[in-house]
Amino acid sequence: MSDNVEVKTLVIDGHEVSARRGQTILEVARENNIDIPTLCHLDGLSDVGACRMCLVEIAGSNKLLPSCVATVSEGMQVSTSSERLQKHRRTILELLFAERNHVCSVCVANGHCELQSLGQSQGLTHVRLPYCNPELTVDASHERFTLDHNRCILCTRCVRVCAEVEGAHVWDVMGRGIKSMIISDLHEDWGSSSCTRCGKCVQVCPTGALFDKSKVGAEHPKYPDFLPYLNLMREAR
Amino acid sequence: MSKLKLATVWLDGCSGCHMSFLDMDERLLALAELVDVVYSPLVDAKKYPDQVDIALVEGAVASVDDEKKIRKIRAHTKLLVAMGDCAVTGNVPSMRNPIGPEAILNRAYVENASAQPQIPCVVVPRLLQVVRPIHEFVKVDVFLPGCPPSADTFHTALTALATGAPLDVSALTRFGA
Amino acid sequence: MNLDELELIARSVRQENAAYDYELNVCMDLACASQGAEMLREALISAGDASGKKVLVRRTGCMGPCSSGPLVRVDPDDTLYGHVHADQAEKIVASLGNETVAELQCDLNEHFDKQVRVVLENAGHIDPEKIDDYIARDGYKALLTALMEMTPSGVVHRITESGLRGRGGGGYPTGLKWGTVAKAGGDVKYIVCNGDEGDPGAFMDRSVMEGDPHRVIEGMAIAGYAVGASKGFIYVRAEYPVAVARLTTALREARRRCLLGSNLCGTTFNFDVEIRLGAGAFVCGEETALIASIEGKRGTPKPRPPYPAVSGLWGRPTLINNVETFANIAPIVRNGGKWFANMGSERSKGTKVFALTGKIKNTGLVEVPMGIKLREIIEVIGGSVPGGHTFKAVQTGGPSGGCIPAEMLDLGVSYDALLKVGSIMGSGGMIVMDDTSCMVNVARFFMEFCMTESCGKCIPCRAGTGQMYKILTRICEGRASMDDLELLEELCGTVKETSLCGLGMTAPNPVLSTLKYFRNEYIEHIVHKRCPAGVCNIQAPVEVLA
Repeated sequence: MSDNVEVKTLVIDGHEVSARRGQTILEVARENNIDIPTLCHLDGLSDVGACRMCLVEIAGSNKLLPSCVATVSEGMQVSTSSERLQKHRRTILELLFAERNHVCSVCVANGHCELQSLGQSQGLTHVRLPYCNPELTVDASHERFTLDHNRCILCTRCVRVCAEVEGAHVWDVMGRGIKSMIISDLHEDWGSSSCTRCGKCVQVCPTGALFDKSKVGAEHPKYPDFLPYLNLMREAR
Repeated sequence: MSKLKLATVWLDGCSGCHMSFLDMDERLLALAELVDVVYSPLVDAKKYPDQVDIALVEGAVASVDDEKKIRKIRAHTKLLVAMGDCAVTGNVPSMRNPIGPEAILNRAYVENASAQPQIPCVVVPRLLQVVRPIHEFVKVDVFLPGCPPSADTFHTALTALATGAPLDVSALTRFGA
Repeated sequence: MNLDELELIARSVRQENAAYDYELNVCMDLACASQGAEMLREALISAGDASGKKVLVRRTGCMGPCSSGPLVRVDPDDTLYGHVHADQAEKIVASLGNETVAELQCDLNEHFDKQVRVVLENAGHIDPEKIDDYIARDGYKALLTALMEMTPSGVVHRITESGLRGRGGGGYPTGLKWGTVAKAGGDVKYIVCNGDEGDPGAFMDRSVMEGDPHRVIEGMAIAGYAVGASKGFIYVRAEYPVAVARLTTALREARRRCLLGSNLCGTTFNFDVEIRLGAGAFVCGEETALIASIEGKRGTPKPRPPYPAVSGLWGRPTLINNVETFANIAPIVRNGGKWFANMGSERSKGTKVFALTGKIKNTGLVEVPMGIKLREIIEVIGGSVPGGHTFKAVQTGGPSGGCIPAEMLDLGVSYDALLKVGSIMGSGGMIVMDDTSCMVNVARFFMEFCMTESCGKCIPCRAGTGQMYKILTRICEGRASMDDLELLEELCGTVKETSLCGLGMTAPNPVLSTLKYFRNEYIEHIVHKRCPAGVCNIQAPVEVLA
């Protein structure tokens, strides 16, 4: 039971699995083909535990843990899709859909959107909460890309990829609570910001909030898979 | 066994859901074995019958008229189906919500009118301040998201509803599909 | 500086004070100051000079019963005058050595008799800007005793023995926290004092920082010695300018007296403290958000573990305690852990400072032993609800707490007891409500607070508080249905269980506790479209659609 043992064994959804010390529950689950839904997590970026989709239950504790940051321990019994978790996930998705103006049918990411597909996989057929319908802007000042705040879920993947991988830290969050907003530099137009035009943020954006101007409706698959490879190359160098 | 009475209703939507419904093509014939269409933009009936078994409602609630209609339909329908994204989420009609109906009316009838620019005040129903999905007004029994839901979705869902078979909507369709 | 030198200073201050026949202590805290305490103090000085009597006029921190301010306490007879106007200064000075001024005398014996003052022992007795006043009342004796006569682990042991639990609200055992940081590896560790008091109606920490700043600094220095840290930060909100000024002065004085700095008492222990100003975000009272703010980052919380005790400020082991917790340290070190553990209840030791506000006669700051019945605080110390109204509920723990109804007034105040009835100890805000308060409206007020103070990082708190606020507003306006109530309860569950930090996890508490004890008020609003307390303005439903 010592913490110094390198290999841990634990049970996830009834399956006995083994893990290295320090691995997150999410990592181990995915290695074993157990799917835990995520939104703010992306392989290759630091984790912030903000979207709460990946919460799991641990036997013996009433507290739900974000599996993207919670590490494994010996003998742990994890449940990833209990009735309680599914209900919470659906409510969180409802909160997201109601928060801004997500109109899937006319979104450039229709069919390639993580929020949309999570809605489907979690069995969300409608949103019981009233839509907030905030009046939000679209920043199309960049020559190649557009930021549509209406579709932003504030997962901060763009912020992290720009700061951690590209090293430019153009994106950040401004304001508090429901008024939080992604901004470039010190709230300047994206087009006149210090953006390096690398496009990583567009590829990691889970929705249609960041998109390539050359793409039109429902034609915008995203390819965030480059990140782990890029990190691997850098480590090897 | 007598056939089920089916109604289809068109509120604030583009009629695309009705088109998709018709896309069932030859399968409509098999469906006609199960249901009678008693009220619909596709048939002649002008009055909503007293007793309807299944109503498919397309479109969001955007005007005073829409609201009256949906309440009446609910009162005379056993199983109310929100058909398509407009009915389920508000969808495109609700995109005016952040700016309000005045701005929309102005753009349509004043700014872009070449002759007699004026906002109509008779015949056309008054718009609600915000466009809402139908479940914010009345109880909805089944939600069929999609823009529009595919003909296959309609076929599977309607067959299930008419025969009482279990129905997993998420396996068939999604928002924006 | 050593204990003998400290004693010399204390003795000389006492001698100086002994030269005066009378001490007039004037409370200069916010409530008294706003009613003309400064003018009163000046009037007392000139009246004293004119009378020829040997009178010392001293400015002090908060004396407690703010609603009776401006306050003047005459020593040595310990007479307390309330609602004193500058015009009455001469009368008070004339009375010295004669009959007391009956019409100004406060009848607050019961108010004070039930209190036990540990944290507030110096409040109203010292000039917060004079370190020597503090030293004369055994100040810094605990620090020097710890440095000269105790090992760091001995200090941790004493705190553990005292049973002290975190006064910021969570109630985590302080000794355990100190022990964890002490055991954490690494040569750089930090002490952080959380002075980001943000609960509506709470001003305990402000009063301590303003009235007795050295007590907080001494507690931090002792903590630094105990866990092996040489640097401390006091995080104070910028809305507390007086506290910041007093702390700044106190730090300067402490350095001048060599009670902060390098090689304290000739030992190898170094310790200094820096003040960091918060911009008034409620969430920065959450420890991980507070750390981010000190680091100069956006003040948002992080998932724990890792706990700050292991990886905190700049990734180093960090001890974070609240102002009141640090204020308890010196007396515990001085008097022993057992002395402290003898006060209070089974699992909640010592005393607790509460800011008593709302519909109650004696509003102000009180310090009571743990385990005291709520009834005693409200009816005896607080002097009950004024104006012929009846008591309805008391709200503890601010926006994270809950409302406790009249039936439960015999509850003994402790961390566990309050948790059990759906509230929390919190940092010590206590808001009393009477029959003119609408509980739905109260819940809505706190939800609005949480909504505007949510940092926006996690979805349940960011969007959930807003949705709950909307439903509560609909209920207050008589536009809600029973389905809305069901949805509200479901949202409460999700926000409570899935939010990232304490702010979100506890945001539904005011709703849950009012639903638990005052559900009928919700039903009245929803079903009968009426507000029993007559607070909410419910319009008759009109058939207007657009």
